Amino acid sequence: MNMFLWIAVGAISVSLIGFLYRLMKGPSTPDRVIALDSMGVGLIALVGLFSILFDSPFFLEVILLLAIIAYIGTIAFSKFTEKGVIIENDRDANK
Amino acid sequence: MKSNDLILQTTTRVTFFIIFLFSIHIFFAGHYTPGGGFVGGLLMASAIVLLLLAYDFKTVKEVLPFNYLAMTAIGMIVAVLTAAGAIVFNVPFFTHWYDYFDIPLLGETSIHTALFFDIGVYLVVVGITLTIIEMMGGDN
Repeated sequence: MNMFLWIAVGAISVSLIGFLYRLMKGPSTPDRVIALDSMGVGLIALVGLFSILFDSPFFLEVILLLAIIAYIGTIAFSKFTEKGVIIENDRDANK
Repeated sequence: MKSNDLILQTTTRVTFFIIFLFSIHIFFAGHYTPGGGFVGGLLMASAIVLLLLAYDFKTVKEVLPFNYLAMTAIGMIVAVLTAAGAIVFNVPFFTHWYDYFDIPLLGETSIHTALFFDIGVYLVVVGITLTIIEMMGGDN
């Protein structure tokens, strides 16, 4: 069981390296944003695996926290690439 | 440019309350498990940031009509008064105290004065974060 978990940790680390390659090499900004979002998911999986490996339930809050932060960060990035402004002053004014 | 963020606004209406409840949970779980006023405050601030991203400053100001600078000041006062309250009972500054109370819905619950200090921290973190974001983004 322990061996299996370490193999999963290794596989997710390899996938994180793949995301990192796309993050550095990605030709366009959306490529990089999606790479960052996927890295967030990979980190969530790693935290879950280490929570099993260390036999502690105290990392489970970190998972939800990381998911929320990655979600908000991705929305902010995509709104910036689409509109050039992250938070609008008055949405109805500039129709 | 007219845009329609229907999916973002609909998901925000659901996720805002999930993040809000998680923030309250992290705040009250801080005594026995990881969490506390700081993380809870930051989560509450990020929930409001999510509202700001999906809507705009004017709408969020109508929905949540708080003065965030006043919120910071109130949090500071609550924290200092909790610490200073120990002086009244002739013990050193910042001495905490707890006892068991019968609360109507929850039954017998232990209430620690550190809870009120943490409420101050929570208010300060939410207030300061949203003041910074308002000052950087709300200028026109």
